[in-house]
Amino acid sequence: MSTYSLSDGLASGAPRTSRALLLATWLRESGVGVLASVAWIAFGLSCLWWEDVGDWSRTHSLGIAAFIIAAVALFGTVGADYLGSAGQALHKRAPWLVALGTLLTVWEVATAKFAWLPLPFFPPPQAIIEVYTDDLPKLLDSVFASVKLQLGGYLIGATVGFLTGVSIGWSRAIGYWVHPVLRFIGPLPATAWLPIAFFTFPSSWSASTFLIALATGFPVTVLTWSGVASVSNAYYDVARTLGAKPSFLVLKVAIPAALPHVFVGLFMGLGSSFAVLVVAEMIGVKAGLGWYLQWAQGWAAYANMYAALIVMSLLCSGAITLLFSIRDRLLVWQKGTVKW
Amino acid sequence: MVGAALAEAITHPAAGAALDIEQVSHAFDIDGAELPVLSDVSISVEPGEFVALLGPSGCGKSTLLRLVAGLDKPKAGRLREDEERIRSPHPSRVVVFQDPTLFPWRSVWDNVALGLEAQGILKRQRQRVDDALDLVGLSSFRKAYPHQLSGGMAQRVALARALVNDPKILILDEPLGKLDSLTRITMQAEIVALWQRKGFTTLLVTHDAEEALVLANRVIVFSERPARVKADIRVDRPYPRHRGDPYLADLRRQILGLLGLDATW
Ligand SMILES: Nc1ncnc2c1ncn2[C@@H]1O[C@H](COP(=O)(O)OP(=O)(O)O)[C@@H](O)[C@H]1O
Ligand SMILES: [Mg+2]
Repeated sequence: MSTYSLSDGLASGAPRTSRALLLATWLRESGVGVLASVAWIAFGLSCLWWEDVGDWSRTHSLGIAAFIIAAVALFGTVGADYLGSAGQALHKRAPWLVALGTLLTVWEVATAKFAWLPLPFFPPPQAIIEVYTDDLPKLLDSVFASVKLQLGGYLIGATVGFLTGVSIGWSRAIGYWVHPVLRFIGPLPATAWLPIAFFTFPSSWSASTFLIALATGFPVTVLTWSGVASVSNAYYDVARTLGAKPSFLVLKVAIPAALPHVFVGLFMGLGSSFAVLVVAEMIGVKAGLGWYLQWAQGWAAYANMYAALIVMSLLCSGAITLLFSIRDRLLVWQKGTVKW
Repeated sequence: MVGAALAEAITHPAAGAALDIEQVSHAFDIDGAELPVLSDVSISVEPGEFVALLGPSGCGKSTLLRLVAGLDKPKAGRLREDEERIRSPHPSRVVVFQDPTLFPWRSVWDNVALGLEAQGILKRQRQRVDDALDLVGLSSFRKAYPHQLSGGMAQRVALARALVNDPKILILDEPLGKLDSLTRITMQAEIVALWQRKGFTTLLVTHDAEEALVLANRVIVFSERPARVKADIRVDRPYPRHRGDPYLADLRRQILGLLGLDATW
């Protein structure tokens, strides 16, 4: 309908009508892609047009990179038909590319060019890029230290929590002893143990591992336990009449039936262990991204802080994604699971 | 005289087991009060017989089946399978419940394999799982998950999961109760065919007098809770039986009368 009025206004000839129609359909299909390209060109121009108000070495390269992204967006949109799945992926993300390009342009202008936002608290994009290029070794060391600490603590906490949860869900005697302890100690934030842990453990690293394991272990225990406890008796009856022994009932009935609950616990544990990780690194470990943040603050190196924050959020998000994909693999039998 | 199928079953005496329920009484404790559920029930089932249990809802039929399966112990009396006391569940007595209770985390094939896996003989006898799935006509759904099945298909899988163990006594607790009438009739025919082929002893709880009469050699009618045996009726009719058979219609009237429903007939 809109195409009709458009062609009406242009001319009355039949061939021109169809050409206008084609243009309109093309614009509807590819308009967002073109817009993305425009937004990134704007970002590139905003980098190169004015002089920086401060002294940043990556402004020029950032502008070039923005143009390259703009070019990729444009050619990817125009040639979408020849690019197969890559073209489709680009098409799907085009609205986000527009938003990002626009945001970066505004950010660039508001910081590096006219300093509407106070420096140095709001560093421009090129300052953050500069951190990634010039401070890479230290950042990578920190990433490595964080991942190592988090992974060790999380795996220990998840394993111990899972085993404890299964035992108290299964055995009345174990439940009798462990349940009150769990109720008393579990709700305490793991960070409350921090001062004690740091002088009772032989090293700050082992203390932090313990704290992360503790933060992970509590939700995993409680949810595994409630998962095992809520398994329908009908399943046990079926298995027993088919000749199942107690070990089979635990391993092949209780645990698989409880697995959806266990994963909820694992997700909650992951969240709370991130918090402990950062605090432990800031206060005790002197390594890792938490410590890097602390160090950057000490030097008023705000760009470094933002750079570390971005890396940290990528890592946390990556960990959650990984856990989701493990869950999706193990729980394919569930219908309608949440997509992350 | 028993039906032709029973005669055939008796030619394989190993297939079905005898079941003796001797003066069994049972009760549940509900908040300190005792709820009597079974009162001095005695039933003696021949090997390969197909016995239907009918009774008012809540009278204790499922409770009796759980005792036969060995899932619970009676407060008084004894149950014996081929002269041996029933003390715990055993794969020679398998139950198909009203809900299929398939394990949702296992594929159809893995659900059927459950019994063999639990007994630790799956590795050597995988063929039996395929055969059982063939038997209920669901080979092409071996990889499906329970939530992808219809009610009738799920109940067929539950049947295959029971049959794969080559039970001597098959215990069916209203297995067709929740199915639509078309699926029910088809599955009734399938159950009779399976029973004739395999010769196991069958105990079927149903609330449908017609179903009992189309399927069973013998119909036992229970009283209100606590359940007592009110009548023990032989059904001497060859298979396949016809729903319109006047002999069965007569028996049906008689049974409904016993259940206190004579007014409607
Ligand atoms: N585990 C149990 N605990 C307490 N009461 C029960 C239990 N199982 C069954 N009952 C009671 O026993 C009676 C008989 O139940 P059931 O055998 O399931 O009847 P039905 O003949 O309908 O299968 C019912 O009144 C029921 O409430
Ligand atoms: Mg019942």
